[in-house]
Parts: sequence; structure tokens; C-alpha cells
Amino acid sequence: MGRYAARRLLQLIPVFFGATFLLFAMVYLIPGDPVAALFGERRVSENTLNELRDQYNLDDPFLVQYGKYMGFIPDGDEGLSGVFQGDFGEDFRGREVTAIVGQRFPPTLRLAIGAVVVQTVIGILAGIVAAIRRNSFWDSLVLVSTTLVVAVPLFVSASVAQLVFGLRLGWFPIAGLRNGAMSYALPTIMLASISLAYTARLTRTSMVENGRADYVRTARAKGLHTPRVIGRHVLRNSLIPVITFLGVELGTLLGGAIITETIFNIPGIGRAVFEAVNQREGAVVVGVVTMLVVVYMLANLIIDLLYGVLDPRIRYE
Amino acid sequence: MSDPGTGVVQQGTGSEASAGAATGGADVGLPGREASLWSDAWRQLRRNPLFVVSALIIIVFAVMAAYPQVFTSFYPGTADPRSCSLSNTVGRPSASAWFGYDVQGCDYYANVIYGARVSMIIGLATAVFSGMIAIVLGSLAGYYGGMLDTIISRITDIFFAIPTILGAIVILNAIGERGLFQVTLVLVTLGWMTMLRLMRSSTIERRDADFVDAARALGANTPRVIARHILPNALAPVIVYGTIFIGVAISVEASLSFLGAGLQLPAISWGLMINGSFTRILQAPHLLFFPGLFLSVLVLAFIVLGDALRDALDPRLR
Repeated sequence: MGRYAARRLLQLIPVFFGATFLLFAMVYLIPGDPVAALFGERRVSENTLNELRDQYNLDDPFLVQYGKYMGFIPDGDEGLSGVFQGDFGEDFRGREVTAIVGQRFPPTLRLAIGAVVVQTVIGILAGIVAAIRRNSFWDSLVLVSTTLVVAVPLFVSASVAQLVFGLRLGWFPIAGLRNGAMSYALPTIMLASISLAYTARLTRTSMVENGRADYVRTARAKGLHTPRVIGRHVLRNSLIPVITFLGVELGTLLGGAIITETIFNIPGIGRAVFEAVNQREGAVVVGVVTMLVVVYMLANLIIDLLYGVLDPRIRYE
Repeated sequence: MSDPGTGVVQQGTGSEASAGAATGGADVGLPGREASLWSDAWRQLRRNPLFVVSALIIIVFAVMAAYPQVFTSFYPGTADPRSCSLSNTVGRPSASAWFGYDVQGCDYYANVIYGARVSMIIGLATAVFSGMIAIVLGSLAGYYGGMLDTIISRITDIFFAIPTILGAIVILNAIGERGLFQVTLVLVTLGWMTMLRLMRSSTIERRDADFVDAARALGANTPRVIARHILPNALAPVIVYGTIFIGVAISVEASLSFLGAGLQLPAISWGLMINGSFTRILQAPHLLFFPGLFLSVLVLAFIVLGDALRDALDPRLR
């Protein structure tokens, strides 16, 4: 187990560098001069511009910029300061990227945790019902409703939900965060809806497959009640693919967070990235996206390790 | 054992005959019937109402994309999406303007009809180009294994680590000019990985199959073994996912355009229309409803089509 974890962690290193390098390359290919853009129409002396460009290493060759950013190449009098020293850079107004993330992350985190809980609980329950009552009305209902939920793009369903439940019926706050926990209710449900359908379908398929397994027949033959057979034997084994899926879906959740935060006007990390891209705050974009990529990779590592807990047949060598 | 399909009287339309490559001796079906995976699948698909309905919907949208005039010729209102009159701003749907007017006073029916074009082009182009990358690299990685496989798989991992919408926003902003070509390019860049993994694993599954050994023993060279014997059999999962991926790509394009990171005005895109509806949403919910409906129906059709293909192509589910 320990060796397996270590090997997986080592495998993450090239992926981490590849992904951050790719993002860094893309962001710094943005045409135009971000320093000049900072001042808009105002006239600024060439000296000030040069000083700022120097401060943000914009004159260095691209690879040197990347090295300085990651903290491999000393940056002038500051010495080594980069991602590996816990410094994700600062924006052009001098705010630390880590501070921006600290400020903007909590709403997104609440939204994401809520969405994962809603999607897991309702998705797995719906999947169980569909699998137990296979080919019944409930099964068809789950199948049809999940197909519809998958087909309607999140930005459409979220806009409609906001119009109907927020503006027209007034059941939920329309936008913003001024109404405490209630502000999160509708955005959380909408964000959960994208992956809920897949969770339900995956649970169903996986339970139907496992229901035919020999150990299930054995469990029934030795006289166990149906609830115990399903809960203890079928369900536990059926959740493995569902949990893998939840890990992979974190990326979709991040994309969905940008859309939900835009529609419901929530000042979260998705909005922050989007604003940063539009304002050419390269450091913020790379910093935040790097952190998100790290979170994404670590979450998938943890899920890989969780396999062993759920399925003792899997041995890590 | 070259081709179990040859020499057998062919049924069906014949279009599937070209795909009837070797499927192995075990699959030879009843005498007088073509028994390849593809002809079997086609026979099953024709009887599946979900397949027929979703295929018809897609054909209607394809005609709408290629010849929007067909849908505006019998229309009593303004058939030109660019001919607008501010006096009609956010007009309600009526007998002369079925879908009402948008904020600029443009006829909404004409706009929604013309909006099918970008969605269809981007969806199809993204799936085709991602599929080509995936099929070429995936079959090479799966067939040769070793160093080549390691390199291709690690590059796939790197691209996989970048969340799609987030990555697309970053790249599209870097490109600056955002037209059909650029949006497609970005969606392909961030979209080929799943199909590659499918292609790779289904190639590995078939690389050591008996019918491949047989072909090799008969003297077929490597390109022929890959192209004639492994590909036709390994392609099924990629085609299933590729069909669903057309819907996904259409949905992502609309989402990006909605966020202001995709296509830009004056392009006619459902995502842009929904974005534009937001300022007047209370007076004019039809501005959200119609493009949202068309978009959802088209995405749904591709997803249902993909599901039907999966049922037909995966004999293990029968």
C-alpha cells in the first residue's frame, strides 16, 4: 500500500509539470502588453513600464519566466520564490494570489461540497431504486429523467431555474450571497444536477451487473434478508466505479462552478479565474488553475487508494 | 479465415458491407446472413425506435444547418436574421413572428434557425478531428506498446489534468480572435483524450486475438493487420463515445459562448443568444426558451443516438 501510494505520487510529478507548463505557455502567449493594458489610456513613462515589466519578469525568455515562477531559478534580489516555496505570485495590484484564492475559495468550496453530497446521496439512491425495481416505472423514470438532465446544458437549466424558482415563484433567492445558506440552495442543486444523472446510471448498471455474481447467490442461499444482501454485498461492490467517477467528475464540477457562479453571481474561485483571464492577470490565472490542477490530481490519487478499502480483492503491489 | 462475410448473400442496404471485416470464426452466424459486428448492429438499430427518432432529429438539424432557407421559406415573418428593427425590441411571440423578437428587434425564429449551423459544424468537426487523433495515436499505442505507449499515455495524462471549461477559457483568451476555427481547435485540443484511451484499450484487447494471429500467419503486414483486422473491430467504443461527444462539444461551445469566452458577435450562436437574453429575462423569457430548447433537443438527440449505438454494438449487453 505504502509503496503503491509512493509510486502513484511519483507518477503525478511529470503530469504536474506538463499541465502547469502547458497552462503557463498558453497564458503567456496572450497577445498584447499586460503592463500597458494596466494603465489603459493614461500616459505612463517608459521607465515605469520597464520597471514593472522587470518586476514581473515579462522581459525574460519564456522558459526563464517559467523557471522563476516555479521557483527553480532565483528571481533577482528576491532569491528563489515560486510555487515550490508556496508563492504563487501576485497580481498587478500587488495582491498575493494565495490571498485571492483564500478569499474566493470558501463560496466555491461550500458550493462544491454541497453539490457532491446532493449528487452522491440522490444519485446513489435513485440508482439503487432503479436497479432493484428493474424495468419498472421507477426504472424508466430514472432513465428518462437522467437522460434529460444530461442533455440540457447546465447554463440553460440554471438560467431557467433562476427565472422560474427565483424570479417568478420567489422560492429561492435570485442571486448573490446575502441570504446566508439559502443563497446556496438553488446553485448547489443545479451544480449537482450535471453529475447526478451519471451517478444514478452508473450505480444502476453496476448493481445490475453485481446482482448476478456468484457471491450474491451464495448470500441469498445462506438465508440473508434482501436488504442485507443488497446493502452489504451488492451495493458495497457496486460503489467502486461510482467513486472513481466522482473523482474524474471533479473537473466537470470546476467547469460547472464557473457557470453557476456566473449565473447566480457568487464571488467564487470560478468567477475569479474568469475575471483574471479577462483582465490579463496571467499570474492569477496560472496560480489559481495550478492549484486547482493539484487539487484535482490529489483527489484522484486519494480515490485510487480508496479502492483497496472498498474492495479487498485489489492488492497494491 | 479471411472474411466471414464474403461469399455470403448479403442482406440489408449493402452500405455496411465494407465494414464487414473479419470478426473471428466464433461470430459466423446463420447461413445466408451477413454476420459481422456492423451488419448485426445495423439490423438491430433499424428496429430501435429511439435510434430512428434521434437520427431523424439530427437529419432535420443537419438540413437546418446546411440550408436554413428551407425552414424560413414558408415563414410569414422576417426570414433574414440580420434584418432588424429596433421598434420590435423584445416583441412577444405571435402569428407573424413565431418566436418573437430579440433585444435588437431581430426576428428570433430566423436567428434560432440560423444558429443550428455553428453548433452542427463545431460539434461534428470537434468529434471527427478528436476521433482521428484518438484512432491514430490510440491504435499505435495499443498495438506497439512499450516506449511509444508510455509517451502517448503520459501526454494524455497531462491533457487530462486540465479541466475542460477552465482550460478552454484560458486558451481562447490567449488566442484572442475567436471564430469557428479557433473554438473547434480548442475543443479538439481538450477533447481527444477519452477516445484515445478507449481506442488504446480496445486495440490491446484485440491485438492478441486469434483472428489477428491468423491474418499475420497468412502473411499480412503490420499496416494491413492494423487497418483491416484490428481497427474495424476495435472502433466500436470510439464510435459510440464519439457520437455522444458531438453532443458534448455542442454543449461546451454554447456554454463558452454564453460565458463570453467562445464565439463573438455578430456570430449567430445559441449560447450568445441566451447570453443576450439575460438583460430582459423578466419581460422576455422566450429569448431564453427557444434557443435553450433547440440546443437541448440537439444535444439529447446525439446522446440518445450514442446510447442506441452502444446497445447495438456491444454484444455483451444483448
